[in-house]
Amino acid sequence: MTTHARTPLLLPRYRRDPDGTHPPLNSPGYRSTALRHPRQPLTLLPHRLTEVTGPVLGLGRVGELDNDLTRQHPDEPAGQRIIVHGRLLDGDGRPVPDSLIEIWQANAAGRYRHAADRWPAPLDPNFDGVGRTLTDADGRYEFVTIKPGAYPWRNHDNAWRPAHIHFSMFGRSFTQRLVTQMYFPGDPLFAQDPIFNSVPEQSRSRMISRFDLAHTRPQWALAFEFDIVLRGRDATPLEEDHDDY
Amino acid sequence: MTTEAEATLPSTPSQTVGPFLHIGLTWEDGPHVVPEGTPGAVWLRGRVLDGSGETITDALVETWQADADGRFDHPDDPRGPVGDFRGFGRSDTTGGSFGIHTVVPGPVPGFADEVQAPHIDVSILARGLVHRTVTRIYFPEHADAHEHDPVLRSVPAERRETLIATRTDDGYVFDVRLQGDRETVFFDV
Repeated sequence: MTTHARTPLLLPRYRRDPDGTHPPLNSPGYRSTALRHPRQPLTLLPHRLTEVTGPVLGLGRVGELDNDLTRQHPDEPAGQRIIVHGRLLDGDGRPVPDSLIEIWQANAAGRYRHAADRWPAPLDPNFDGVGRTLTDADGRYEFVTIKPGAYPWRNHDNAWRPAHIHFSMFGRSFTQRLVTQMYFPGDPLFAQDPIFNSVPEQSRSRMISRFDLAHTRPQWALAFEFDIVLRGRDATPLEEDHDDY
Repeated sequence: MTTEAEATLPSTPSQTVGPFLHIGLTWEDGPHVVPEGTPGAVWLRGRVLDGSGETITDALVETWQADADGRFDHPDDPRGPVGDFRGFGRSDTTGGSFGIHTVVPGPVPGFADEVQAPHIDVSILARGLVHRTVTRIYFPEHADAHEHDPVLRSVPAERRETLIATRTDDGYVFDVRLQGDRETVFFDV
């Protein structure tokens, strides 16, 4: 181990997100955080090789119909057909190409196809609520799906989750890993939702998709646009920089 | 950090994976960083525990690591391509613990003359975590290298043991304590 050959180390640098970007791990309004958030301060991890690399998950992960959640069964699912599309970008506006996006969601009635989801709304035999795709060379992605329903949960009295789609992104590096939820514009349930509101107010709008009339398919489906931004990286790889601790 | 001010687009905020993550994020081959039968392969197992010591059964554990030679199958590893090593593992904790089938990575270069002890980067995602938590797994047989590891050295000595796995018959065990006594060291990446 001590004889490990030295090689020049030229690494890309990923900028850290400023405070106020993400929700605090201790978000008391969302009760499940109470026993699950670390109480000790986080230790700053400098970005070395392990952090600036990440899984390259290629075409073998994505089937032909994986980005069309309305065509994964012999019949069509019930509900409002929608197109959800956008770009995966980094903080400098550059596209993140060839990157895996995974989504999951409730059906039109607000029920997940999951053994632990027991609220009495109907399951849809024609809807799994699971999709995946790779971004193209311009960072673009597109899903066809059904608009998910709102559903109740037990966080507080008469609690309802606003309609949302879970999005999971890998980006290009371990530092860019992100899981979020995409919401729909104008949802009246935002005000009482502690998960949505766990995010600092100035950042919440970045989780809300935009109704996109231009992308609708006439006589067929509505459309929503949702661009996802992963943290930026410096354009020029810089050599080791001890100031970045 | 002047670099923050240069960002033109703020990042999309993180949200919890919620209780139903399994339908979207579990893969049949998720736990297999390397296939069954790979020489030197080990099982890395552990529980994820909450602040009351309860086992969390709705978490997802993701791992990212170098190969046995300390190299990453990624274009930004400046040492060039390494062939076919996924380096990534993913396991739920439905049965009470996660399980990742992998090889122990080699040492990884750090900055300047540093050598990092063999380690695996870990993300923990779960209901009640509005953002992933990140930790690292180190291995007990590299105690000498741990003395020089720049990341371990940045952690208070009395908490370092939370980052070191324990040997088992077929690999290692590494429990993650999200909160409370012997809380695992988590990193700000």
